[in-house]
Amino acid sequence: MAAIFQGVGAAAALSSSPSNSFDSKKLLFSPRRSFSVKKGASVVVVRSDGNVNLDLNPRGRRAQQLIANAVATKADSSATSSSSKPGHELLLFEALREGLEEEMERDASVCVMGEDVGHYGGSYKVTKGLATKFGDLRVLDTPIAENSFTGMGIGAAMTGLRPVVEGMNMGFLLLAFNQISNNCGMLHYTSGGQFTIPIVIRGPGGVGRQLGAEHSQRLESYFQSIPGIQMVACSTPYNAKGLMKAAIRSENPVILFEHVLLYNLKERIPDEDYICNLEEAEMVRPGEHVTILTYSRMRYHVMQAAKTLVNKGYDPEVIDIRSLKPFDLYTIGNSVKKTHRVLIVEECMRTGGIGASLTAAINENFLDYLDAPIMCLSSQDVPTPYAGTLEEWTVVQPAQIVTAVEQLCH
Amino acid sequence: MALSHLATSSSRSAALLRPLSSSIYLRRPISTDTTPITVETSVPFTSHQCEAPSRSVETNPKELLTFFRDMALMRRMEIAADSLYKAKLIRGFCHLYDGQEAVAVGMEAAITKKDCIITAYRDHCTFVGRGGTLLEVFSELMGRQAGCSRGKGGSMHFYKKDSNFYGGHGIVGAQVPLGCGLAFAQKYSKDENVTFALYGDGAANQGQLFEALNISALWDLPAILVCENNHYGMGTAEWRAAKSPAYYKRGDYVPGLKVDGMDALAVKQACKFAKEHALKNGPIILEMDTYRYHGHSMSDPGSTYRTRDEISGVRQERDPIERIRKLVLSHDLATEKELKDIEKEVRKEVDDAIAQAKESPMPEPSELFTNVFVKGLGVESFGADRKEVRATLP
Repeated sequence: MAAIFQGVGAAAALSSSPSNSFDSKKLLFSPRRSFSVKKGASVVVVRSDGNVNLDLNPRGRRAQQLIANAVATKADSSATSSSSKPGHELLLFEALREGLEEEMERDASVCVMGEDVGHYGGSYKVTKGLATKFGDLRVLDTPIAENSFTGMGIGAAMTGLRPVVEGMNMGFLLLAFNQISNNCGMLHYTSGGQFTIPIVIRGPGGVGRQLGAEHSQRLESYFQSIPGIQMVACSTPYNAKGLMKAAIRSENPVILFEHVLLYNLKERIPDEDYICNLEEAEMVRPGEHVTILTYSRMRYHVMQAAKTLVNKGYDPEVIDIRSLKPFDLYTIGNSVKKTHRVLIVEECMRTGGIGASLTAAINENFLDYLDAPIMCLSSQDVPTPYAGTLEEWTVVQPAQIVTAVEQLCH
Repeated sequence: MALSHLATSSSRSAALLRPLSSSIYLRRPISTDTTPITVETSVPFTSHQCEAPSRSVETNPKELLTFFRDMALMRRMEIAADSLYKAKLIRGFCHLYDGQEAVAVGMEAAITKKDCIITAYRDHCTFVGRGGTLLEVFSELMGRQAGCSRGKGGSMHFYKKDSNFYGGHGIVGAQVPLGCGLAFAQKYSKDENVTFALYGDGAANQGQLFEALNISALWDLPAILVCENNHYGMGTAEWRAAKSPAYYKRGDYVPGLKVDGMDALAVKQACKFAKEHALKNGPIILEMDTYRYHGHSMSDPGSTYRTRDEISGVRQERDPIERIRKLVLSHDLATEKELKDIEKEVRKEVDDAIAQAKESPMPEPSELFTNVFVKGLGVESFGADRKEVRATLP
């Protein structure tokens, strides 16, 4: 299973998310649009690993048709000559740690608080080694008291510190809901702009492997109406590091949603300093027939379904929305205007989830461009069962995505 | 004759020079005499897990007269807010602090503006103590632009960042973890300042308080938790809400001190002691035994759960302003008339501020959307360095 994730993850990294920071520095990383024509020669796909050697590297010319590239078996291209590729390979949790570490080095007011983040190294190893490097005052092990340590993080943020509060599992942050909603989200407003709360609240959520109902919650649906916070969901090592850094640098409170099952994704990321826009969606795979909007783990289910869809002759455009609040209606809108059909694939529950809000937002803004009603595939409105087969049917599976696209496009 | 009196307290001489000075000065100057006077607090301190400070408090005429003036101002302000509420100029919630002024004033006397204070929703007087102006108070209460939170916060959301007043919080008990966070930031920046996190006897039963206390004690934070015990959590008396109403002992492993909260000098002494303690040994709890004359808020008459005799009894025997008045008169620092004049002056100040606040306009409609996010409404998508706006949502 991990291997598939790696392959799919790598292919999914073929994104055109613009990043100004290293835009024109090297030819390797110039405009990351999948269809840039280089030197008047054949169409080349600039992959995230930056392989642009047109003439020398026969693999570079393989990407004639963008469609075929959607699920290009990146695995074999990375098997050879990995040493000559720039950047470094790492797992998603390591990418998060790298982002966190770089920001902590850059700014002394960044500190981390959470349960077992210090000496234990973090339950998902995101903060491993940071306590020995930065000391106990900057990487703080808290007792199991989410309400109060989240409140303390917010209080510290009011004075100008930039705490990164970790919920060991997003579900535990329900205990801190009051602090997140009333104090974190609203203080900038109720104080008339006097206080900013540059806090980052992060943690893994989502349905895992038979973790049970209480440890498989999707808190993005509960937090989405809190005014004043921004929510982002990372899905690849590249955007995990980028979003972590952007979130720490942002003056607004940001909630960064990670996913329990994505921590071991491997990808090659650039060596340079880069961040990802917090408010921007990522174009995973451009297409013509249907816009599929997704985020976090469901991105991989979508890409798996995309493989099948491509074989069946469809051309889905896959967008990882990344920014759950506010929605990047600019990218989404442009896509809707192109394809006229929308499918939302999410892990939230049907009722009141991110998909529900996104459906409403698109309907409100782009109704004229839609040829068919928006379809939204979400998890069932049930507590996540323990049994493996039942759990599988709680979340959206690739087969359902394929059926949905067929329905939408026929 | 005037010359010989110049040697004594200047307020006296001001009195003699009154015919001349009253036409020059719009208000009577407060005595600038700083010769120390030692006063005994009303009752000795009771302590838990620490040595109680001495009952004898050092003060001086200037301080005592400042106490008097400040408390009179606060009292007048709260009573004026009462009338404004009844005139429907203040809406929603309005929690008045009259009776408890000694806590705000005594605390300010012991600390600097670099120390942080955070409190709950009964924050009007604490805000004034931190340097807030009457205009800001009344404008905010009436929802006008000149308010301290631009009219968007209301009675329960007064903040003053430049004097480290962190509010102003509506949810009971939620400000205590915030306060411990402020103390954490102070320790992080090695400030040598402390944080006073105020809460009430009702909030003392919140779990997050004990969570925050545990963390503060573990990490040795300079946090001082102050329980303003006015004996009623809205309509519920403390003996009906808390199994152990000895709030200063509830910290268990954290030292505590019980203070007569109606005696501004006792409050000052306790806060001074607490600040020294917190900087060396970590958190400490102060319980201020105080009383509120009004009900919990303007929608609570305040007489269904306590007798009018009780209220008037406290007003007669323990009123903080009366205590200072008696002290001033007994030490001959000012005459009866002068004190009355101060009160008149204060009344005028309050009336002027209200008139000015009434003229302040309501916020512009566009203010609805400002300050939700730091940079606009979050409808802008920024470049990677977050400096250049790349797109605005339709």
